[in-house]
Amino acid sequence: MQVTEYKPLIVAFCCNWCSYAGADLAGNNRLAYPADVKIIRVPCSCRVNPTFILRAFQRGADGVIICGCHPGDCHYTSGNYYTRRRMALLFSMLDYLGIERERTRVEWVSAAEGAKFAATMNDFVSTVAALGENKRLEDLRCKK
Amino acid sequence: MQRIGVFVCHCGTNIAGTVDVKAVAEALQYEPGVVISKEYQYMCSQAGQDLIKEAIKENNLTGIVVCSCSPRMHEATFRKTAAAAGLNPYMVEIANIREQCSWVHKDIPTGTEKAIILGKAAVAKVNLNAPLTPGESPVTKRALVIGGGIAGIQTALDIADAGFPVDIVETKPTIGGKMAQLDKTFPTLDCAACILTPKMVDVAQNDKVRIFSYSEVTDVSGFVGNFEVTIKRRARYVKEDICTGCGLCTEKCPQKKVPNEFNLGMDNRRAIYIPFAQAVPKVATIDPDYCTMLKSGKCGVCSKVCTVGAIDYQAKDEYLTEKYGAIVVATGFNPISMEKFDEFAYSQSKDVITSLELERLMNAAGPTGGTLLRPSDGEHPHTIVFVQCVGSRCASCAEKGKEYCSKICCMYTAKHAMLIRDKYPDTDVYVFYIDVRTPGKNFDEFYRRAVEEYGVHYIKGMVGKVSPEGNKLKVRASDLIDGKQLHIDADLVVLAAAIEPDKSARPLATMLTASMDTNDFFTEAHPKLRPVESPTAGVFLSGACQGPKDIPETVSQAGAAASKVIGLLCKDKLTGNPCVAHSDEWMCNGCSTCEKVCPYGAITYQDKEFRMPDRTVKVRRVASVNEAVCQGCGACTVACMSGAMNLKGFTNQQIMAEVDAICK
Repeated sequence: MQVTEYKPLIVAFCCNWCSYAGADLAGNNRLAYPADVKIIRVPCSCRVNPTFILRAFQRGADGVIICGCHPGDCHYTSGNYYTRRRMALLFSMLDYLGIERERTRVEWVSAAEGAKFAATMNDFVSTVAALGENKRLEDLRCKK
Repeated sequence: MQRIGVFVCHCGTNIAGTVDVKAVAEALQYEPGVVISKEYQYMCSQAGQDLIKEAIKENNLTGIVVCSCSPRMHEATFRKTAAAAGLNPYMVEIANIREQCSWVHKDIPTGTEKAIILGKAAVAKVNLNAPLTPGESPVTKRALVIGGGIAGIQTALDIADAGFPVDIVETKPTIGGKMAQLDKTFPTLDCAACILTPKMVDVAQNDKVRIFSYSEVTDVSGFVGNFEVTIKRRARYVKEDICTGCGLCTEKCPQKKVPNEFNLGMDNRRAIYIPFAQAVPKVATIDPDYCTMLKSGKCGVCSKVCTVGAIDYQAKDEYLTEKYGAIVVATGFNPISMEKFDEFAYSQSKDVITSLELERLMNAAGPTGGTLLRPSDGEHPHTIVFVQCVGSRCASCAEKGKEYCSKICCMYTAKHAMLIRDKYPDTDVYVFYIDVRTPGKNFDEFYRRAVEEYGVHYIKGMVGKVSPEGNKLKVRASDLIDGKQLHIDADLVVLAAAIEPDKSARPLATMLTASMDTNDFFTEAHPKLRPVESPTAGVFLSGACQGPKDIPETVSQAGAAASKVIGLLCKDKLTGNPCVAHSDEWMCNGCSTCEKVCPYGAITYQDKEFRMPDRTVKVRRVASVNEAVCQGCGACTVACMSGAMNLKGFTNQQIMAEVDAICK
């Protein structure tokens, strides 16, 4: 029997000013993290509509992570505070639906924290990989 | 349907080392909308850019995807390339396959697979891109400076020097601010008035500068380049353009018992007054709280003695509205109230004073004519105790004082101690400190002189209690280095009170939608790289309103703020960021949610007429985004419940398409 290693599919939303730059810095410093992470650039973490996250899960993503500037450092002054509140609500709804809390995460990564970005992604990927495939939220119609 | 070109860069071996670039280009050519897919050694090189330009022209491309380094690196380059080939620059998307792919993944199959997915996401996004044109707005070539202290004066002078008109709004009857109250200035001991008053005269005589003293800003609307500001000119009951400042009225006024705020209440002035001899504008002002004529209609002495007929008891507050391109905040600071520090007996003894009060006692124009005398009995003090950090660096007592270091106290106390020892060598001067902080040019040398040449007793330790006994002040303190308790019988105790932002700063920040920190200091756009700009476009910061500052720092920041203002006013038109929010008026239900989340006040509501399908006209309240103010964060797009709000360049549809492409 052939055993193929399970590769989770991770969508990362990164704000343009801090976390996307932090991801670039991880690249500059050649700090490796799994290729399962695919980054989508948004101007601010507060641009991430909860429906984007639900859509990702519906389409078969196994984990979604939202990265923004540290509280108090938002390029737009208050965007990350909105993110924090909105995601708290979304995550509690996902709890209600029985989705593992570990599949979603909000992290603050500054433009100087390349190492933190890589470490966060390594940790998140291994956490999600341990949970296995996302089946509850996946929309089977999308597979047709 | 778009006609998309995909250009994959090798970046030498930076990308090609871990990504099979050819395979990526081949895989992407079958994506929807893609008509051409190429790879090249260095896309950002001139030859690479020429390749893109030719491909755009030959294939009539409507959008391009460049798979290369981070957009933070070369997005601007490729946008310019596209524009040069006649394509809208916002029809360019970058797939970051270097920093976020080839550099962080080690083997070619995974790197290639991920690069293809990132490329597909970019293609999916560009399929939904629309050409964007940045909005343009004109610039009103006039600046407003709020606050007429040394920061405001210097900013106004520098802006006027570049040829732009400037208005200064000052709440007090005269400009000059805190510096006008000081005696000498560290570290050179110049007299404050000698270096400040010529500047005050300069600013008064400059035909580019208008001074609105005894006035305040009551309303601000508009945005960068186009602010509309309402200024309230409080009635001073003296016609500013007629009064010659002779001062006769201030000598004849029978109401003599008005605490003189310029001398911090240590002496009295009349109800009609000129704050100090070099005041600008040199015009008398009637204090309506004390003037018997204004209160009871009986008196009129000033009107009788005035030879030019400048007194006008019927004067009313006036409001004027002006347009400005830029606003500089220079509201400055105040010492904190000593009410909560009763251990130092400030409220019990007149001989416990703050450092600013000491400045007035030592100033030749002060209540004692510059002779240092005890406020209680007018005797010369022989033992003086200075207490440092009263209310500063109070991490554990934040309800009493401030957590931050007020920065200027160590230096002005060294100055006071030195001046006292110089003038009165028979005086013993003790300074109790936590740390002596002297960073600054010639600052430490200055402090060392106080200790070594002038024999000031610096003692590391804090004063526990000051209790008035007879005509002495019993000071109980600890000496941390020798580890003993000290008891000093002092004649005068001087408290280095922490400084805090002026009380007018908070309401002003609300009017300007400028952000503040927890201490009510204005926040700068970036603490290191944009230190004189507020995050709100067109609002600049000068002086201690941004944080505690000494005079040299204030003046340099004032100049820096002025240069930023000049840079803005030099432009005829401002080009905005086209990636801004946009409301679909047909979908908007006018709920106001977006207005509340917008950190810039960019969203307003308008009643608009809509022609309905049945040909009737309906008026509905809908959101409208001011594109010159919107910074494009997207907070409103998520808050919008009807899905009317979208962000150009990062639309819901575009991000969804990226999610779909990644999760395929």
